[in-house]
Amino acid sequence: MLGDTRELARRIRIHALRMTNAGESSHIGAIFSIADVLAVLYGGILQVDPARPDWPDRDRFLLSKGHAGAGVYAVLAERGFFPTDRLASHCQNGSTLCGHISHVGVPGVELSTGSLGHALSVGAGMVYGATLDGRGHRVVVLLSDGECDEGSHWEAVLFAGHHRLDHLVAIVDYNKVQSLAPVRETLDLEPFAEKWRSFRWGVVEVDGHNHTALTTALTTLPSTPGRPTVVIAHTVKGKGVSFMENTVLWHYRTARGREFDRALAELERT
Amino acid sequence: MRDAFVARLTQLAKADPRIFLVTGDLGFGVLTGFATERPEQFLNAGVAEANMTGLATGLALDGRIVFTYSIANFPTLRALEQIRNDAAYHRANVKIVAIGGGFSYGSLGMSHHATEDLAILRAIPNITIVAPGCLWEAEEATASLATAPGTCYLRLDKSNAGRTNAPNERFVLGTIRTLREGDDLTMAATGGILGVVLGAADRMAAEGLQARVLSVHTLQPFDHETLFRACRETGCLLTIEEHVVGGGLGGLVAETCLEAGVVPFAFHRIGIREGFSSIVGSQEYLRARCGMDEAAIVKRARTLVRARKASLADRGPA
Repeated sequence: MLGDTRELARRIRIHALRMTNAGESSHIGAIFSIADVLAVLYGGILQVDPARPDWPDRDRFLLSKGHAGAGVYAVLAERGFFPTDRLASHCQNGSTLCGHISHVGVPGVELSTGSLGHALSVGAGMVYGATLDGRGHRVVVLLSDGECDEGSHWEAVLFAGHHRLDHLVAIVDYNKVQSLAPVRETLDLEPFAEKWRSFRWGVVEVDGHNHTALTTALTTLPSTPGRPTVVIAHTVKGKGVSFMENTVLWHYRTARGREFDRALAELERT
Repeated sequence: MRDAFVARLTQLAKADPRIFLVTGDLGFGVLTGFATERPEQFLNAGVAEANMTGLATGLALDGRIVFTYSIANFPTLRALEQIRNDAAYHRANVKIVAIGGGFSYGSLGMSHHATEDLAILRAIPNITIVAPGCLWEAEEATASLATAPGTCYLRLDKSNAGRTNAPNERFVLGTIRTLREGDDLTMAATGGILGVVLGAADRMAAEGLQARVLSVHTLQPFDHETLFRACRETGCLLTIEEHVVGGGLGGLVAETCLEAGVVPFAFHRIGIREGFSSIVGSQEYLRARCGMDEAAIVKRARTLVRARKASLADRGPA
């Protein structure tokens, strides 16, 4: 481990709160729900080198839920891929730090996303090629629960299971709140783990805010030999700021004024 | 064209291990040779074109030159956002190959008529777009696309103009080929309908009308220089494509010429103006129905030449 992943998660949340405030952008709830996952991944799980973002043997991390890009920009800056000062340009006129993650001009970003249901296919292709070449790096794809509504997502799940892509890891941010309503009222994904198992994936379910549990899951890969692994991370949308937790509202709302101050105070206290 | 493509790709794959072919579960009996000879460079992704295109991007971003293969609109329209966001935006080395351009699968119905693909893909940045007119162009385009950087689209047709190359001719992506010299009008064609256009030009030549025939095999990047020269020297432009008239070759020519102030005396786009075809039939039948058979092309060409003469006469003596 590179250091305190809990402190890294806190810093990701603070950066993201400031970035979405200054950029008047959305999705803070969806960023907060993955802050712990990002901190654990970039805190030591992923083999990456900020000095050599294109190092061929690096692990690849793909953010499929591109709307949480601010969280990834924050963790990349914290890890030294680019200066943290640059985060202030997020969503500002002329910036390449887009509201939905984009790789152009941003070291460490592997894939641009923003439309859901794309990245698992790309990740599967990366693993398929690396496996043919006998290369051992992993590809980790972080998905939202809502994006599991997409047909193309299940095309990729079917493909990876069939081809036994055991260097592919999907993490689902299962915060159970999607764009307009709770997941179970929109298109219920349950029985979710069974769906993945029936597509021949190994399944691990963890508390997505428990760093020890996440670390154990992500260092015991593949969870089932010869199968891709899905880590279903049970999370809380808006985690870390009391009034943002488990609400649809904070999928869109930007914290301003007093709300911003309260949110920042809560994060700084933790 | 399909067989010419597969044969050349198989050759290329033997020489370059980076070349990789992914099919969307199509190519029965056609891709078997490739799959047998280069199994480690071949993948059947199943009936899942969106995933196929994403996979291809992943393979390409890690150094492979990936050809995706399917028929009609499946590798393009079905996977359009993957083409745009994944392949093109990342400038990934993904070469999308559709067989059955235009009415190649005329009898199979509307779902299999690939008649808007050029316009739709032309609107997406970073995509090289090629629609060969003859077997030689199909083979050479295959080889050129394998070395061209970034995302490309290769539209292959069941019909073709045979082999139109001169001895020792070199194929250059993005350069219009002049197949008949003439100053009475220019006929610019893209895709397999080139064969019909050459037939029309020969028939007109027998009547003393000399048409210049351009094979516009690459729509993007576009060779406007050759087009402008033809426009200036002949004064009459007729575009022919087995595609809707909006946004394809005719649209491209019109936009490019008008914006540059290179305006012909007479201009017409031969293409599909009828909308969807619920009528089925052979490629030849549907072409005739849409006014793009040899007779219709000759008739339209004569009309354009007359219009130019009238236009010049209106201007009176210099």
